[in-house]
Amino acid sequence: MSVPRFWRELDSRYNLVGSHCKITNTYHYPKRSFNPEAGRDSIGNMEDYQFKGNGKVINSTVVHQAQTGYEMFGPYCIAIIELEEGPRITSQVVDCDPEIVKPGMKVKSVFRKLGEDSESGILHYGTKFIPDEVLQTENDEDDDIADVEL
Amino acid sequence: MNGIVSYGAYVPCHKIETGEIASVWGADGSAWAKNLNVYSKSVPGPDEDVITISVEATRQAMKRAKLNGDDIGAIYTGSESHPYAVKPTSTIVAQAIGATPHLTAADYEFACKAGTAAIQTCLGMVGDKQVDNGIAIGVDTSQGAPGDALEYSASAGGGAFIIGSKKVIADINHTTSYTTDTPDFWRREGQKYPRHGGRFTGKPAFFKHVMSCGLKTMEMAGTEAKDYDYIVTHQPNGKFPIRAAKALGFTTEQFETGLLTPRIGNTYSGAIFLGLAAILDIAKPGDRILAVAYGSGAGSDGFDITVTKNIEKMDRSETVEDMISRMKIVNYATYAKYRGKLRMGGSN
Repeated sequence: MSVPRFWRELDSRYNLVGSHCKITNTYHYPKRSFNPEAGRDSIGNMEDYQFKGNGKVINSTVVHQAQTGYEMFGPYCIAIIELEEGPRITSQVVDCDPEIVKPGMKVKSVFRKLGEDSESGILHYGTKFIPDEVLQTENDEDDDIADVEL
Repeated sequence: MNGIVSYGAYVPCHKIETGEIASVWGADGSAWAKNLNVYSKSVPGPDEDVITISVEATRQAMKRAKLNGDDIGAIYTGSESHPYAVKPTSTIVAQAIGATPHLTAADYEFACKAGTAAIQTCLGMVGDKQVDNGIAIGVDTSQGAPGDALEYSASAGGGAFIIGSKKVIADINHTTSYTTDTPDFWRREGQKYPRHGGRFTGKPAFFKHVMSCGLKTMEMAGTEAKDYDYIVTHQPNGKFPIRAAKALGFTTEQFETGLLTPRIGNTYSGAIFLGLAAILDIAKPGDRILAVAYGSGAGSDGFDITVTKNIEKMDRSETVEDMISRMKIVNYATYAKYRGKLRMGGSN
């Protein structure tokens, strides 16, 4: 991706800035300057809106054949996430075993590295998601095993 | 009085145990853990670096203080592992918290004390009324060469302190520095891993600077060790800070809260920020804290701090201890993968 193209979208990627239509009271991500549902009435009635970053998983999959640049993550989870305000976005869910990500799981946004344009190229940063609920970790399971009387 | 308006911290959610690292190199893990007093260290994920950790810590600080980006006039980020050699970390942090464009920003480098130099800069700017609030960040994701002693301790994490004059949660009563040309630890331009002077990093480096700066700070404040509730120093391993604190006249009760290295390793520029954040997580109004940073090369920055009643109004949930308790153990293979120690096909 060219440097200017990514730079133009910094606010959307860093801060989840999308848009809000004052006519239909609906939210959109990525940002729109026109809302097809409201038609011409939406012109001049679209405002920037920063999403809170809370949402839930609608569906997810575990990628075992990692895309170029994502080899170090493999296997990793890609999910469709519905933000509290309504829009759905596709993102990695990180900081957890990818297999535990299920529909309905609450998630929240975090700031992470998205990729890089080669070893000497520009770094891309933006938003990913992590589970927003207490998860039983592998460490907890180890503790449980230690407590079992044999 | 000018001081800390808010604070944020970040510790990655992965860790590797000292014994696991030792087993790869055929070393005695128990002996290494005991000698360094480091039993596990944090490991950043493949999508975490100084920039992402800085942003997360700063966002927590902004949220706690209920500040907007427009309230911030300066951002300085201290680190020895900035992802870019040329291009500031601080501008990305500024964009990510909505503080652009009317602010000044720069990156600092002074080994492990670049972040506290940023605190001093912010104090100067706030004191001179050039800005209402400045953000000082100390974060690192440093690495030790595989098999080197540093590999057992070099970890990742850090914090962000908002320095200002209004709604201060902790007054910074005094600050001073102690600086010499002492080549105990360095990394040359273009080199991936740092080198160090072995035992030379101890007495003439860490101890001389931390002790001298700590004593000078107390002299300026007219205080003695017994006047403080907490002490936190730089912590390259789990032993040096204990020895330094005891030599300065402090007790276990005073240094144990801010001593995190035995569980998360040496977070370099982040160490003093995380230790101080762990103290602020539980501090009460009136508590007095002595903080002494150390950076190789070499220098120390000392701070005499008094917690104010404003801290009781702050939402201090999501503590440093919460972050540490959530860390999951990874094995050496995963650690090597996450830290980019593997040569991938096609990369030549």
